[in-house]
Amino acid sequence: MSVSSSSPAENAFSMKGISKSFGSVCANEGIDFEVKIGEIHALLGENGSGKSTLMNILSGVYRPDCGKISVFGETRDFRSPGDAIRCGIGMVYQHFKLAESLSATDNIIAGLSKGQIFRALQTEKSDDRHISTMDPDVSVSPDQKQRRTGTNYISDLIRKFAKRFHIDFDPDKLASQLSVSEKQSVEIIKVLIRGAKILIMDEPTAVLTPQETKKLFSVLKKMRDQGCSIVFISHKLGEITELCDRVTVLRKGRSVDTLVVSQVDTYDLIEKMVGRKIELEIVRPAPNPERLECLRVEGLTYHDEKGLAKLSDVSFSTFYGEILGVAGLAGSGQKELCEAIAGIIRPSSGSISVDAEEISGLSPRSITAKGVSMCFIPEDRLGMGLVASMGITENVLLKEYAFQKGIFIKTDRASEKSDQIIKELDIMTPGVRHPVRLLSGGNIQKVILGREIHLHPKLMITAYAVRGLDIQSSHTVYRLLNEQKKQNVSVLYIGEDLDVLIAFCDRIMVLCRGENMGILDANHTSKIEIGQMMSGTRLEVIRTGVDYVSNR
Amino acid sequence: MFRIAKREKASITDSIRFRSLGFLAGLLLSMGFIAVLGYNPFSALVTLLIGAFGTGTGLRNTLTFAIPLATTALGLSVAFRMKYWNIGGEGQLLIGATAAMFVSLVAGENTSGWILVPMMLLFGFIGGAWYALIPGLFRVYFRTNETLFTLMMNYLAIAFVKYLYHVLWKDPLKSGFPGIRSIQEQAGLPRILGVSAGIIVPVILMIVLYVLISRTKPGYEIRVVGESEPTAHYAGMNVQKIMVGGIILSGGIVGLAGAVKLSGETLTLTESLGGGTGFTAIVIAWLANLSAPIILVVSFLFAALQQGAQIIQLRLNVPAAVAEIIKGLMLMSFLGSEFFLRYRIIFNKRDKSQSYPQILSASQSSDIETDKTPDKEVKP
Amino acid sequence: MISILTSPDFISSAISFSVILLLGTLGELLTERAGHLNLGVEGMMLLGASFGYIAAVRSSSLVFALVAACLGSGLGALMYAFLTVSLRVNQTVTGLALTMFGAGLANSVGSKVAGTSTPPNIEAFFSFHPLEMDSPNSAFLRFINKAFLSHDVFVYFSIVLAVLLCVFLFRTQEGLALRLTGENTAAADASGIKVTRIKYLYIVIGGVLCGLGGLYLPLVQQGYWIENITAGQGWLVVALVIFVRWHPIKAIAGSFVFGALSILGSSVQLNERLSTIPFYNQYIMSMFPFFLTIVVLVITSARKGAWRGPAEIGHPYFREDR
Repeated sequence: MSVSSSSPAENAFSMKGISKSFGSVCANEGIDFEVKIGEIHALLGENGSGKSTLMNILSGVYRPDCGKISVFGETRDFRSPGDAIRCGIGMVYQHFKLAESLSATDNIIAGLSKGQIFRALQTEKSDDRHISTMDPDVSVSPDQKQRRTGTNYISDLIRKFAKRFHIDFDPDKLASQLSVSEKQSVEIIKVLIRGAKILIMDEPTAVLTPQETKKLFSVLKKMRDQGCSIVFISHKLGEITELCDRVTVLRKGRSVDTLVVSQVDTYDLIEKMVGRKIELEIVRPAPNPERLECLRVEGLTYHDEKGLAKLSDVSFSTFYGEILGVAGLAGSGQKELCEAIAGIIRPSSGSISVDAEEISGLSPRSITAKGVSMCFIPEDRLGMGLVASMGITENVLLKEYAFQKGIFIKTDRASEKSDQIIKELDIMTPGVRHPVRLLSGGNIQKVILGREIHLHPKLMITAYAVRGLDIQSSHTVYRLLNEQKKQNVSVLYIGEDLDVLIAFCDRIMVLCRGENMGILDANHTSKIEIGQMMSGTRLEVIRTGVDYVSNR
Repeated sequence: MFRIAKREKASITDSIRFRSLGFLAGLLLSMGFIAVLGYNPFSALVTLLIGAFGTGTGLRNTLTFAIPLATTALGLSVAFRMKYWNIGGEGQLLIGATAAMFVSLVAGENTSGWILVPMMLLFGFIGGAWYALIPGLFRVYFRTNETLFTLMMNYLAIAFVKYLYHVLWKDPLKSGFPGIRSIQEQAGLPRILGVSAGIIVPVILMIVLYVLISRTKPGYEIRVVGESEPTAHYAGMNVQKIMVGGIILSGGIVGLAGAVKLSGETLTLTESLGGGTGFTAIVIAWLANLSAPIILVVSFLFAALQQGAQIIQLRLNVPAAVAEIIKGLMLMSFLGSEFFLRYRIIFNKRDKSQSYPQILSASQSSDIETDKTPDKEVKP
Repeated sequence: MISILTSPDFISSAISFSVILLLGTLGELLTERAGHLNLGVEGMMLLGASFGYIAAVRSSSLVFALVAACLGSGLGALMYAFLTVSLRVNQTVTGLALTMFGAGLANSVGSKVAGTSTPPNIEAFFSFHPLEMDSPNSAFLRFINKAFLSHDVFVYFSIVLAVLLCVFLFRTQEGLALRLTGENTAAADASGIKVTRIKYLYIVIGGVLCGLGGLYLPLVQQGYWIENITAGQGWLVVALVIFVRWHPIKAIAGSFVFGALSILGSSVQLNERLSTIPFYNQYIMSMFPFFLTIVVLVITSARKGAWRGPAEIGHPYFREDR
């Protein structure tokens, strides 16, 4: 089913024999990749297969070890992202590159000359007038503080420019005040205003609700119809079949195949992506029917340093032998929820109890001292869960040294335990003293999981436990958590992939702006419903159709 | 052309290799500079070496320079391990010396040296610790920028010592001239082969700190806090307590350096007692990668450079500025070598063909052994 | 005390003294806007002062003096830029090393002209006060004339420069590119801004401004060279940048306040009535600016959520970092 290589004339760009390694890790190995003018081309691969690296090479961020890039028929050697921009290549990075303290407008126009800005924004002057007379909310809202006239004029032009692609945001806002999807819009406009003909989107849907994803897709399709070429990086097959024309599959840093999406079978794609037939089904053993309460959270509220409410009045319970999933857009209070329960931050008000033992406001050590065995696998594994430059033994010590007697540290028990963890979880490392930061993402996660499981917890909190892991490692994590569930441990699972949450958890709680939108039975819900709740609709409102809050 | 790539980790031999290369590069640059000025670079080098190590006086001077440098750098390294930028070494050193001077002033003329010296050292420690604690508490509890706070504390200390020198502790016997009297004869540290007995202080401290940092619970806590404060919180450590403890230790050792310098070298307190030791020690601690044993080596090298440059100036009759430029060149090349510890330069063969990548170059050969980790994630 | 503070002489000498701080602050402000903390201000000021002053004494030409000052401090800044931008060495340590090197070199260079005073033609240039009125008739005008209008070209030049820099930073695309580089270098790089060029350029310009500020000290303020002539002014500059929140216009006011505090000690010393009060002496008074800096630091840190300056300060940028 492979598609024969297309003629160079209709290619937007082609990359040949691209290789790139970071230290000892070879991220790209002789990859060939071509995208035609006016197509949406998916770049499919597992985490760590080299998709982002390849596209960072195309956008001039990384310099390839070897290989050749030609754009619109001409061979190019990009020395900086600026070079790539001048060739019409623009990339929307997975981790947005915005200065939080500058306005959206400033972020967009920085690096352009005044002339370039006006040329880009005024190409379709007649169109703009048309829209602005029709659309009253194009004008600046009066309460918006007019910061400076020069930029305000440009802000208006940007607003109109964005309208042409049905993108909507307030360019006068500071980047730090924008929502995640608005930040993405700013990034897209930033690229478009630089006249990009080739747009690279790195996992754009990871941070969006299903509804926002739909909107993004219509924007992308519109751009394709205007003659743009789009590279869409993803590991979600559903999105690729919905949006893309062709797909190139990467596996372990090599390109496997390029196919026409309409002619391809999903199972074939998975096989090409993973390299063999695999069972994608996530198992969900039945929860403990006794429904004994483990963790009980009531009216939990937390205000951060700046006084912003990160959690407001969150109440829920978890049960032994059950996995409670937590869904929500990035930054909806998941991190604060976990840290408040684990005792790392002190909640402003509310109560947290485990087995009716109040632990709210206690430090992690006093929680342990109370006899509550809880473990927490944080989102930032190397920055919070582990000490990056230390080996496995010293990281195992992190949870043990305080209980040793005397002033000197004894490492013998910890190193025994480390050997055991390495053996049980099959961790690939040259030795227990090898710095954990040099391990692969999957092995790092296994180190922390192994350490925590060995503490025999009754409550386990995991934040984004499979982020950045390949499918095999992800399934190891699911298996380990399921084992804990079978041993009657209560698991709180913060996740981001809605399909996984629905398949893996028993119940799902949805957070939005730090509020609990409701708890769903995973057997009786849908992605659409969760998506609505993620963007702020309460469960009662969806189920009954009546908006209690606004009726009140 | 060449590319720059990040180095995953540099082994100890690597760091010694690149630091020595930096040192050599500095030496070559300096010799080139001397040659340009029309002097014989080789005789300059020989003069420098003989001046620093070759004669009894030279070696004694070098060691005398090295004692406060090493002690101060050891003290600062404790704070730096916690990523606490204690730039206030100069001030803590002065206040340590001031506290020691205070002991000497209040003690009677005939107090036994066996009481006087330990008390002076103890007060030196307390003085430095207390002086480091002021910015430390603000950093720990209000997150005030410690770099600038400690920096300002230096100038407060200098102004304070000036005040003591000119007004409060002015020796009436000096009839109008400002100045503080010298410490009692028995308050001076004894001499071993012409060098102050203070030389054992950095050696003992090196052993103590090495064991403390690598083998004990507080040391482990300091290392974790320095690596990542969130991890320390996560592990249930009391980060604030640990930092305050570390800051007291750091400032105390620097204060001790001041007391040792007073009691073993200057014998009286002046505003220039610090003489930039606090700043030089920061660079030393950094170059030594905060490792206690290496700090002693680097301090000795810096002291030798200081002493050697003076001798060059005297013997070859070059302007003082030349000696300063030589020291500057050495310092900057030494600092610049840090780049090679963190990055590798890879020379590209201009190979436009699509053949299999040629990514390995000679400079990389040492990394090949460790190259076996990458794909182990994937199992059959 | 009040009479001292409001006397036109005091205000006038405070303004004159604050020029040194203002130029330094503007220089360091540009450097920090590019995301680099250069603790070498003291060293660069000394380099500018010594190189400029020796050129002034030897050639009796103001132009040569200015060029030499720019070269001295600019080369120091260039060295800092090479180490921190290209070799990515720790900024704090490199800045301190630059101060050590600069101070050592400047003092040995300067010692050649110790005891020589500023050449008369240059002194004449600086005693020309372009805005001074001939003979104002009201007391108010006399006050204004003495306090604000009797200054040399350098003073007005530095104030105009502050205004220009403000326009540059907040109204031009180049200024925006500089700010974005200091806030998020990776974003600037991805937007097509040549970040290495920007960093080098503004670190060196910043150094040159510091050097010019330093030159004013022996050339005009003191009229002769003494060892360590800056006496900690460079460190005050580093703190001032935070005090004025990285803003050139606020730098004018901030420098004036710190300038006034710096000369307070010597003003008090001259006033016999005050000098009899215990602890009222120049040594204690000279602590004031440093003490104020600390107070400012503490207040800034207590203000939670406030902008704490360019986010990239202290972070080396390597494009291929993952």
